[in-house]
Amino acid sequence: MAKRHVTTTVNGEPREFLCEVDQTLLDALRDELGLTGSKEGCGSGDCGACSVMLDGRLVCACLALAVEAEGREVETIEGMAEGERLHPLQRTFLEEAALQCGICTPGFLVAAKALLDRDLDPSETEIRYWLAGNLCRCTGYDKIVRAVQKAAAEMRAEA
Amino acid sequence: MSDSASRFKWVGTRPVRPDGLDKVTGRANFGADFTMPGMLVGRIVRSPHAHARIAGIDASAALAVPGVKAVVTAEDFPEIPDGELMVGEGPMNFRDLSCNVMARDKALYDGHAVAAVAATSRAAAEEAVDRIRVDYEVLPHVVDVLEAMEPDAPLLHETMFTEGVEPKPERPSNVASRCEFTLGDLDSGFAAADVVVEGEYVTEAVHQGYIEPHAAVASVGEDGQCTVWCSSQGQFMVRAYCAKLLGMENSQIRVTPSEIGGGFGGKTTIYVEPVALALSRKAGRPVKIVMDRDEVFRATGPTSSAHVKVRVGATRDGKITAGDAELRFQAGAFSGSHVQLGCMCGFAPYDIDNVRTVGYDVVVNRPKCAAYRAPGAPMAAFGVESALDDLAEKLGMDPLELRLANAAREGTKAAYGPKFREIGYAETVEAALSHEHYRAKLGPNQGRGVASGFWFNIGGQTSAALHINEDGTAVVVDPNPDIGGSRASMAIMAAEVLGIDYDRVRPIVPDTSSVPYSDMTGGSRVTFSVGMAVVEAGQKVIEELRNRAAKIWDVDPDGVVWENGEARPASSNVGEFEPLSLTALAESSAKTGGPISGQATINARGVGPGFGTHVCDVEVDPETGGVTVLRYTAVQDVGRAIHPSYVEGQLQGGAVQGIGWALNEEYVYSEAGTLENPGFLDYRVPVASDLPMIDTVLVEVPNPRHPYGVRGVGEVPIVPPLAAVANAIYHACGTRMNHLPASPPRLLAALDAAKLPEAAD
Amino acid sequence: MAKVVLPNEVARELAGGLKEVEVEAENYRQLLKALDSRFPGMGDRLRDGVAVAIDGEIFQEPFLELIREDSEVFFLPQIEAG
Repeated sequence: MAKRHVTTTVNGEPREFLCEVDQTLLDALRDELGLTGSKEGCGSGDCGACSVMLDGRLVCACLALAVEAEGREVETIEGMAEGERLHPLQRTFLEEAALQCGICTPGFLVAAKALLDRDLDPSETEIRYWLAGNLCRCTGYDKIVRAVQKAAAEMRAEA
Repeated sequence: MSDSASRFKWVGTRPVRPDGLDKVTGRANFGADFTMPGMLVGRIVRSPHAHARIAGIDASAALAVPGVKAVVTAEDFPEIPDGELMVGEGPMNFRDLSCNVMARDKALYDGHAVAAVAATSRAAAEEAVDRIRVDYEVLPHVVDVLEAMEPDAPLLHETMFTEGVEPKPERPSNVASRCEFTLGDLDSGFAAADVVVEGEYVTEAVHQGYIEPHAAVASVGEDGQCTVWCSSQGQFMVRAYCAKLLGMENSQIRVTPSEIGGGFGGKTTIYVEPVALALSRKAGRPVKIVMDRDEVFRATGPTSSAHVKVRVGATRDGKITAGDAELRFQAGAFSGSHVQLGCMCGFAPYDIDNVRTVGYDVVVNRPKCAAYRAPGAPMAAFGVESALDDLAEKLGMDPLELRLANAAREGTKAAYGPKFREIGYAETVEAALSHEHYRAKLGPNQGRGVASGFWFNIGGQTSAALHINEDGTAVVVDPNPDIGGSRASMAIMAAEVLGIDYDRVRPIVPDTSSVPYSDMTGGSRVTFSVGMAVVEAGQKVIEELRNRAAKIWDVDPDGVVWENGEARPASSNVGEFEPLSLTALAESSAKTGGPISGQATINARGVGPGFGTHVCDVEVDPETGGVTVLRYTAVQDVGRAIHPSYVEGQLQGGAVQGIGWALNEEYVYSEAGTLENPGFLDYRVPVASDLPMIDTVLVEVPNPRHPYGVRGVGEVPIVPPLAAVANAIYHACGTRMNHLPASPPRLLAALDAAKLPEAAD
Repeated sequence: MAKVVLPNEVARELAGGLKEVEVEAENYRQLLKALDSRFPGMGDRLRDGVAVAIDGEIFQEPFLELIREDSEVFFLPQIEAG
């Protein structure tokens, strides 16, 4: 079957790519656009390692079709830092040792940013439920939750 | 810890890990992130049957699919004779490994690889997989360990005769071996007991559950030289195992380790790597294979399901006089469960004069089990630590006081034989006893459980190099894949020994051709062993730096000392010289003899065993059987924490994996022997909302035989949680869960069963 | 004389059930040789794939280790990586 041409915006930049009709957004990001920061842990929307923002909404890129990106805005982990300036979450994840192997980290960061974008003062329980769609097998989540709390506190102080 | 703070500049601090930035920006390359020009997509054909003879494989229709470049089956791998060979760090049965990677004659479990294809696109590869016709002759199967031990059970291997029993069996069976460890005299131990408790404890198979599926890219050149990029717990293991399976020499294969997205023991062997090599050899192009999650569940890992019987005797005043255990572990389709290690670990925390542990290694129609964090120990500890909880109750003793009264200490004969040297088990129990958590009030339907655990920790063959750059910064060449922050620990130890800033040291994990051999990342050996090699390499560098300074000053090298990152005259007798910094010596290295570097190759000795004690509070919902972990504290003797944050992380992550094992995770098989839950939706690992914070207490009883006191910490934390959770459930609702996971249906059934006698009254 | 504790299976198969033996040896290589001359075949059997605890310290590869007059030597299964 002929490939589809998709025009989209990724991390603020206009991008075009060709994809199969049944290709996932995750595969298109990774294979067509070279953005391998989003990871595939399950391919079924259970692990959250491929979390991206699609028009401001948190989605698993493995459950979205690449053609759905047409005319829309996609944000990935690669767009989270502003130049050399890390997002506060990226910094606190490093400071709090909130990653061990790091495979789930991009997904957690994208998901946590989506939380803090709508609520700068989430409770621990809210953080835990918001991040319940992201699996981490290394950390037991303790340091991840603390890193999110620390980033939120810093962002509140600056706001 | 105050000790660390005063004596060291970097050891015991918490700097940002060197590889951290790449991992928070999406730049880090994991197994599936690597690509090559002209690369083909490899896919694997897997058996849908639990047990079947492969009468034939017809690939003609698959090869006719446009874009398909190669199909391989067991025919494309040399047939390897049965028996164990020593390679790298230990014995390995390469016939079994080969047959696991690609089924020969029989498919032995649902998901067993039987063929593989390489094509120009994933779609073509998947179409080819569908068109490969495998003629299966379905055989009766067995997935349960006790059923597999029955004399009339379906037989997996006609050539398997139980080892370790006299007389040698005349009939083959699924019992690969029996092992036995004895200490003292069991009968007199039980004769001396006033109180005896016993129980049977069952755990289900669980998967390591690393988030990154296995992935490899392989490229075979026309000259037979191969390159592999993959995620593993040891690039040298991948090289040696692939070479054996493909009939090559190690020098033909170069393996570059990618970042590894979790392993926990599950990446201490190979699956897709030799298949990608075989496909590439046939197709003449690079081939990439990335497993789907269901392939990970069906064909890799998991750990053994286990059936454990425990009997413990003690005097009225709480002295344990005898411990007896029988462990039956299913190994999956090929022998090699970790039952021997389980036998050795179960009673290890205790000073008991009379111990017997018997283990059976049993094959069943399930994927070949792989190591999982302290392999074998959690199932044994579940039995022993549950029994000790019953014992404490019978004796009217506090369960931690019971453990303290029987704690193994320096000089105690370990249950597996030898005497312990310096250990910190009692200190972990004392720390748990004095922790505020242990006295906190509990509400209705809430209970508190405690349990301890042991792991040997290991050393082994290890290399490291320390290169001084021309500007005085340094590179640590760390031969072991970094799963949990070990590069930070190596940089800390290098900075400490050289006396320079942490930020001036950059560690790398190179390919197999760039650093001498090292054993795998596993067994809690890396910070211990590679750290030791880094320190030795650093000392060689310092010796060289003193030589260089001596040349510049025209004095004897013995007259030069290295202090705080500078060469100084040892005394005023040597002469008056301004100190020479590492930077100054590096910048002048051309004048003094060329580049400065140190390398160490060691067989790391002096491991110190690790012990942990966990305290867990749960609430049981009597209506649903649901269990909520309310509070959790993990105490462990860590020797000395090089980077405390990553040590705490090991305790937290291990504890949560153990909680998952205790509460949710299990392999569920259908009547037909197929895996029913090969995905994260139905195989439920703990998520953030299931858990509280995991408190940690790092007890530091330094290992005197490591330059910085390291013991190794990664394995121990998964050992206590199974019993800590089960004991907490018992104290919350009075029902002892002898069968894990204590998932809501299973716990509810147990609660209902406990209620029945009341209803009858 | 160093005290050597054999694995149960090896004791049964090659040493007539004798589990503890005393051996004169200054290092592990001599110990293995002495065991082999007393119990033919034991040297091969214990050469690879075993760990050894000498005075409480476990060695995955004990080949070069020294044995003291009063050492206790235990043979154990090799400890696998997790």
